Amino acid sequence: MRRLRRFFRTPEAIAGALILGLLVAMALAAPLLFPGDPQAIAGPALLPPFQDWSLPLGTDRLGRDMLAELFHGARTSLAVGLAAAAAALLIGAVVGTLAGFAGGLIDEVLMRISDAFQTVPSFLLALAFVSIVGPSLGVVVAAITLGVWTGPARVARAEVLSIRERDYVAGARVIGMHPLEIAFREVLPNALPPVLALSSVIVAAAILTEAALSFLGLGDPNRVTWGGMIAEGRAVLRTAPYLSIVPGIALVLAVLGVYLAGEGVVESTAVRRSLP
Amino acid sequence: MTRALALLRRRLVGSVFVLLIVVIGSFLLLEAAPGDAVDAYIVSTGGDAGMIELLRHRWGLDQSELTRLANYLWALLHLDLGQSVTFSQPIRNVILDRLPTTLILMGSATALSFGFGSALGIYAGARPGSFRDRFLSIGSLALYAVPGFWLGLVLIVVFAVDLRWLPIGGIETIASAKTGLARATDVAIHLVLPVSALGFIYLALYLRMMRAGMAEAWRQDFVLAARARGLPRRRIVLAHVARNALLPLVTMLGLQSAQMLGGSVVIESVFAVPGLGRLAQEAVAGRDTPLLLGIILVSAVLVVAINLLVDLAYAFLDPRVGASEAGT
Repeated sequence: MRRLRRFFRTPEAIAGALILGLLVAMALAAPLLFPGDPQAIAGPALLPPFQDWSLPLGTDRLGRDMLAELFHGARTSLAVGLAAAAAALLIGAVVGTLAGFAGGLIDEVLMRISDAFQTVPSFLLALAFVSIVGPSLGVVVAAITLGVWTGPARVARAEVLSIRERDYVAGARVIGMHPLEIAFREVLPNALPPVLALSSVIVAAAILTEAALSFLGLGDPNRVTWGGMIAEGRAVLRTAPYLSIVPGIALVLAVLGVYLAGEGVVESTAVRRSLP
Repeated sequence: MTRALALLRRRLVGSVFVLLIVVIGSFLLLEAAPGDAVDAYIVSTGGDAGMIELLRHRWGLDQSELTRLANYLWALLHLDLGQSVTFSQPIRNVILDRLPTTLILMGSATALSFGFGSALGIYAGARPGSFRDRFLSIGSLALYAVPGFWLGLVLIVVFAVDLRWLPIGGIETIASAKTGLARATDVAIHLVLPVSALGFIYLALYLRMMRAGMAEAWRQDFVLAARARGLPRRRIVLAHVARNALLPLVTMLGLQSAQMLGGSVVIESVFAVPGLGRLAQEAVAGRDTPLLLGIILVSAVLVVAINLLVDLAYAFLDPRVGASEAGT
């Protein structure tokens, strides 16, 4: 409770929580409010917003309901963002713990692999991966994960390097625990907090990368995505710019909400208070 | 000087290993792709099926994986990236053709974001907690959430379609036969929107880093000492606080170069800028996997080179770096 109250102290954190709440509500409500295929034709093509109250945000080039697409797009963005972040944190924590705890050659090899992933532009890697394996939601998540797991791996390794010298780790060794058991049951859980602090940045990056991939036509073709909607509206940018602008605003708000909420969490848990 | 050389030598050795891993990774991706070079060749030339086995044998594609990896590495050592099917040209030539445009785009975007970002960061960080600090912090966070490709489209709608101040895309006026300064001006005008779309997110990043670094530096003892000595505030801000906050930004210049290369893929496609990023998209559209992997390899080399340069610059700026390694 106290932590919750501390979180809601700053206006930024409140705004972030509100935006995130709205996003989650949109994602959950999408199949209830707009059952059926959001990519089906719902009315006349290129209906401007606020003209027909059954289609409040109007329709796109093919007469699809923009509001329904926006709601279903929230679902895709959120799903990809959360799944990619969860996968990246898991892989990063495991690799970082192994590297930091084992040391020596294993550490060297794992860290050089992580360097290699950081050297290749992650968006190019995602592009190549999706274009080779073929676009589907799982592949997009995997492609994004490839580019973001190195951050958590580095943070976890640095944390593990300091934890493995602690007395309780020596104690676990003395009572004869298997090194892997020590690494994953004693060290990893204690190294997690700074790794988890990265999650908002990773979710935001994943949402943005997914949008950029779909914008280039490499999203899951069977799902509505905000990036795909922006690309769709681009063909009529001169006459109907709102088709690209509206989903873009949704994207900006979603990412901003993730950042603000993340900052709120970090600030409410940080020992250091804001400036004197 | 020996300090910088020792640092350079150590980084170069590390880079070779990293690039080797990138090469092996891209070889594995190439293997995972459906079809091989012979399939692509037959499709593009419409040759007869009887030649397939012969070609596979001649190009060494019927050998074991390890032999093929060795052949791949051997070719790369000779700077041979293979043949592009979509362009019917050596991949190296296609990439070298497009590279300068992307470098100009990235260089300008970096200069813009670093210059304005650090300046605004100093302005915000000079008085932590003030109104302008909070305003710039929130503003930069909002800007940081804006995807570059969408910002590009909005800029096109406002400045190219509505106001007609700037061209909608491309790198220069087609068939204008301009030369010298006139051509450079033409290119610069075409680059205003793409550079802004690519650079604004990094402007926000540098602003935030500078601001955070300065907020940290204000708490340090040497700032207190400078205040106690009665130095003018302006001098404390610039020479003591900002100077110490600037160093992490220099490191960031290298770290974000990979990210910016990735960002330029989408920006170049929005503005039809014929650079490396647009080439990557063309490679995806043409299912030209060897070309795509060639672009990835060249990007990796570029990122390594930029980071080496940044490390060297850092060693010159900060006398503490590498001081302990000079003897090794």
